[in-house]
Amino acid sequence: MPESPSGTRTGHETQVVRTTVNGVEREAEVATRLTLADFLRHELRLTGTHVGCEHGVCGACTVHVDGAAVRSCLMLAVQANGRRVDTVEGLAGPDGELAPIQEAFSKHHALQCGFCTSGFLMSVAEALKEGPIETEQAAREVLGGNICRCTGYAGMVDAVLEASQTSYPTAKGEHA
Amino acid sequence: MTAEAIAEAPVRPVEATPGKQPMIGAPVRRREDRRLITGQGRYLDDLELPGAYEAAFVRTPHASARIRSIDTTAAARLPGVIGIWTGADLPELVKPIPPKVSNPLLRDMPRYPLPPERVHFVGEPVAVVVAESRYVAEDAVELIEVDYEVLPAVSSTTAALAPDAPRVHDELDDNVAIHVTQVAGEPEEALRTAPHRLSERFVIARGGGHSMECRGVAARYDVGTGQLTVWPSTQSPHYTRNMLAYFYGMDEDDVRVVVPRDSGGGFGPKAQFHGEDAVIPYVAMLLRHPVKWIEDRSENFVATMMERNQVHHVEVGFDDDGKLIVVKNVFEHDQGAYCAGLQVPMITLSTLPGQYRIPNIHTELIGCYTNMVPTSSVRGAGRPQAVVAMERMMDRIAEHLGLDPAEVRLRNMIRADEFPYKVGLTFRDGSPLTYDSGDFPSLTKAVLARFDYDGERERQALARSAGRLVGIGLGAYVEGCGLGPYEGARLRLTNDGTVLVTLAATPLGQGYETIYAQIASDAMGLDMEHIAVATGDTSRIPFGQGSFASRTTVTAGSATLQAGRELREKIFEVAAVLLGAPAEELCFQGDRVCAGGDPGRSVSLRDIVQVSNIGKHGITMPRGVPAGIEVTSYFSPERASYASGIHAATVEVDPDTGQIKILRYVIGHDCGNVINPLLVDGQVLGGFAHGIGNALYEESFYDDAGQPQSASYLDYSLPSAIEVPKVELVHQFTPSPLNPLGVKGAGEGGTIPVPATIANAVEDALRPFGARITSLPITPAKVFAAMTATNHR
Amino acid sequence: MKPRPFTYLAPTSVDEALAALAEHSFDAKVLAGGQSLAPLLNFRMASPEYLIDINDVAGLDRVRRVDGGWHIPALVRQRTVERSPELRAAFPLLPAALEQVAHPQIRNRGTVCGSLAHADPAAELPTVMTALDATMRVASVRGEREVPAEEFFQFHFTTSLEDDELLVGVTVDDLPPATSTGFAEFAPRHGDFALAAVAGVVTRASDGAVGAVRLVASGVAARPQRLTAAEKVLLGQRPTPDVVGAAERAARGEVDPTGDIHASADYRRHLVGVLARRVLTTIAEEGDHA
Repeated sequence: MPESPSGTRTGHETQVVRTTVNGVEREAEVATRLTLADFLRHELRLTGTHVGCEHGVCGACTVHVDGAAVRSCLMLAVQANGRRVDTVEGLAGPDGELAPIQEAFSKHHALQCGFCTSGFLMSVAEALKEGPIETEQAAREVLGGNICRCTGYAGMVDAVLEASQTSYPTAKGEHA
Repeated sequence: MTAEAIAEAPVRPVEATPGKQPMIGAPVRRREDRRLITGQGRYLDDLELPGAYEAAFVRTPHASARIRSIDTTAAARLPGVIGIWTGADLPELVKPIPPKVSNPLLRDMPRYPLPPERVHFVGEPVAVVVAESRYVAEDAVELIEVDYEVLPAVSSTTAALAPDAPRVHDELDDNVAIHVTQVAGEPEEALRTAPHRLSERFVIARGGGHSMECRGVAARYDVGTGQLTVWPSTQSPHYTRNMLAYFYGMDEDDVRVVVPRDSGGGFGPKAQFHGEDAVIPYVAMLLRHPVKWIEDRSENFVATMMERNQVHHVEVGFDDDGKLIVVKNVFEHDQGAYCAGLQVPMITLSTLPGQYRIPNIHTELIGCYTNMVPTSSVRGAGRPQAVVAMERMMDRIAEHLGLDPAEVRLRNMIRADEFPYKVGLTFRDGSPLTYDSGDFPSLTKAVLARFDYDGERERQALARSAGRLVGIGLGAYVEGCGLGPYEGARLRLTNDGTVLVTLAATPLGQGYETIYAQIASDAMGLDMEHIAVATGDTSRIPFGQGSFASRTTVTAGSATLQAGRELREKIFEVAAVLLGAPAEELCFQGDRVCAGGDPGRSVSLRDIVQVSNIGKHGITMPRGVPAGIEVTSYFSPERASYASGIHAATVEVDPDTGQIKILRYVIGHDCGNVINPLLVDGQVLGGFAHGIGNALYEESFYDDAGQPQSASYLDYSLPSAIEVPKVELVHQFTPSPLNPLGVKGAGEGGTIPVPATIANAVEDALRPFGARITSLPITPAKVFAAMTATNHR
Repeated sequence: MKPRPFTYLAPTSVDEALAALAEHSFDAKVLAGGQSLAPLLNFRMASPEYLIDINDVAGLDRVRRVDGGWHIPALVRQRTVERSPELRAAFPLLPAALEQVAHPQIRNRGTVCGSLAHADPAAELPTVMTALDATMRVASVRGEREVPAEEFFQFHFTTSLEDDELLVGVTVDDLPPATSTGFAEFAPRHGDFALAAVAGVVTRASDGAVGAVRLVASGVAARPQRLTAAEKVLLGQRPTPDVVGAAERAARGEVDPTGDIHASADYRRHLVGVLARRVLTTIAEEGDHA
């Protein structure tokens, strides 16, 4: 059976992409039509980024590109060339210490099947960089760009408010 | 999570070892979480199957058509294409997939994995392409030319039942798949003589499961062992194994079905057997090469089974006090193009009477074939529809008599001292429909108290006088759950001294690794840290049914409890010999078995497994020590247990736009004893969000030709955190007498009464207009239409 | 849901981009934020032979002050506009509308010009730019031209861009003094495409009467529709509740939407009236307090 180089089995035209993923420089030859999500998952084997709808609505594939939360199903791998990509695998510290939002998700049972979780974590992580999230309504808006079918979001709302308190201890929040 | 939910401790069903903190009932955080929040979960598409080919399906764009020819020449020439098969190329697979639940009255029509001649719904697969990548496979799909003779289609039960309707199946003389009536008492006579009668027609739309992970299956055939390994994204690995063995004529031991450790949600559709499940492993065998098919969302929208679509014609008769004398409900159930299983309409049939004492009942199912994707269970599975029929009429009775709807419900509810309560109908397994336990009035009163029902009514009156459209709705339900036939648990002491709990049921996010360790921990008196849980591999436990119908805690939980108790005895039997102490004096301390509470007289689990399981080649076992510390136990409930609950909501309707805002929502829930309140609350709240989707947002539209009109999330709205409101939970714990844990199902109760509750509240809000809400989901457009219709009256 | 093959071009200057467009014109698609195009590629509903990715083109990613207004070049992300203090102050209509566009994760990547060139009649930005009387800066190897928003949007997903032309930016003139703006939309679910939306720009004369008005609706026609009958009702009048009510009726009467699975024509027509009233009521209150 024919064997092709990694990342090129998807079409006729390829290009080399050099990108920094979770702080590590990566270089690969990829088909130009390969999506960033498929590149992360199947070429770099960073399978924590999930693909749920491939049209930008569910948010399971959310990653950070140059620090901004984006849908990796709506970007091409070649568009990550020269950019910094961060995925859920990079959220915890190098020693495995969980980020506040990860810890809070577990504590508040904010995940069940876990498939949507990576995308939620990346969306919330971006929002938390911008400032505290102090009200239930604000938390719901931060979560509103992703879809979860399991949890009903109640635990996530509590988790976001708690993670905000951890990250911004002096900010006032709805929850103590 | 509400603090109250955790603080209210359930009845403890198991004697724990003295000094050991009981695990059953404790809000233990999940073991699964760490890998899932760090991106280390392993779902189907994350499996390492080096070099695996990927598949894509050619699907019919027509709802009803005859295949004249399929030309694959151009596609076969595409570089990277490995193989293409049409239905005609795989005659071995032209076998009907039997309905999961059948009935002698069903006029069953064959559903083929890859139909060679005739297709009956848009999205039905007609050919499979295997290529080096999914990208190339999709390119090839576009190059395959299928010549169809397009035939007329029907896409609603109304259209299917019309006198001159096109026939979905040429073999039948109409589109009725099944017609079943159940009767208790003398409903016709009761209707004739009832002092009051009301009737209504309710329509419930199609909606899907929409697990965030779509379906999929990967397979690898090992020529050396003759074993086929299949990784499906299924809720029922043993069902899949049995189906594949049937299709391929293989021994079931040669088909190993392994559900990946993590599964991205199920919600019912993944408990069904779809055609792709048979095709992919088969082509992997033909190719002697691993093949993987990961369903994409476009396919999921058209080819994964859905549910919900029913039309109810309900009539009630009652006395001046609002006491029910009779209910008659005739409902059309949209079975889709084939009957994949009758579980949904049969559940609707028996769920109708709900929490009420009704002497005369007529419940009648007309199941229709339509040219749409087949229907099967989706979280709630036929119950939300029955609850709409019953609970909407309870509000109408109150309105008709000028009574309070809560009071009307309380007057009709079955009392706590009436259990076990025989409803008068027959359950789907043929036994008399019997509720095992519950206390409907007390839970209702608790919910009304938490809701501050009287205060809420006063606030509603104030709002109304200020011109606001505020409404209150209630919705009560029962949920038959914990169904048979059985589920098993295999407990074994492994070589490293860990107790391994192996289940046939496979988790979809419910936290089995945690809750079954909790149960085993209490059953054995052994700390949870020495207990591991494995699931979803048919090679590890021979028999099983799967995770569906809110049944696993009842069945697998009870099996785990039983097996755990026996395993403890076996371990103690060995320890008694090794320590020279009577078994009654033994207990666990950490990973050691201790005699008389003296750590100096103890033996470790590793030591025990060394003697009993590992042994020494050729050396006689010590006298009295049993070989092989392992227990497999199956639990078969004698019948379904019944969970119950009641929801209360306040909504406000924007008179300008018809938009509905939920102001308050209280859920009262009784699923018997609770293993882990944190996770039960999660189940209830998650189910509630699904119910909100059904009540307000989700509808799978088809046009008159059977073309799907909502085939992306741009046209099918799933509720987000912004749409799902905050919920207050009220728990009641009425143990089931039908299993040793006293548990009932928790997976679907959150969903079941939501559409009825919201509809009651919206209609209550619109009462100043006299507007009627009879169609779900309740979109602002429908509210506006209802308001306008009455304005013009 | 994987894109068909295409030839990927990543020009680094406007000239290179225009040359590529000139060469491949009809067979090419411009990729900016990709939040509309990428789903179409994944669904295989769009299949350009050449994808011209302008994300590496220099000089198109910063908003800049121009004579009497602001210029938003082709690579300015929607989030950038939404967060820009200068633009928020100059055109409150922009953040008001942008916050209704999908979700932050989409707006982080999606560009203002990309949404305009995509010309979805249900989208917010074409409506808002029409209300603001914005000017599209269009370039090709043949030269540059300016197109007023009202001429730019022509039909569903169709603009007056020629196959070889690139929308290099949009210029919005400063609003005259005593001008208030408002935006309202109705979507069943937050972030969804609106069933209808209305954007309004009203300039009051010294006596408080409406001196100039642009009222534009989306979701009711194949392109953003100016509600000229409603505008006429307002012109020369103080926007009292009665006048606003008359404008609402006029707006309802002048649109002729089509129904679909999400909303009937009647309902959409009704919504346009309601939204026009809401926008005008906000504007009236703001103007009265100014």
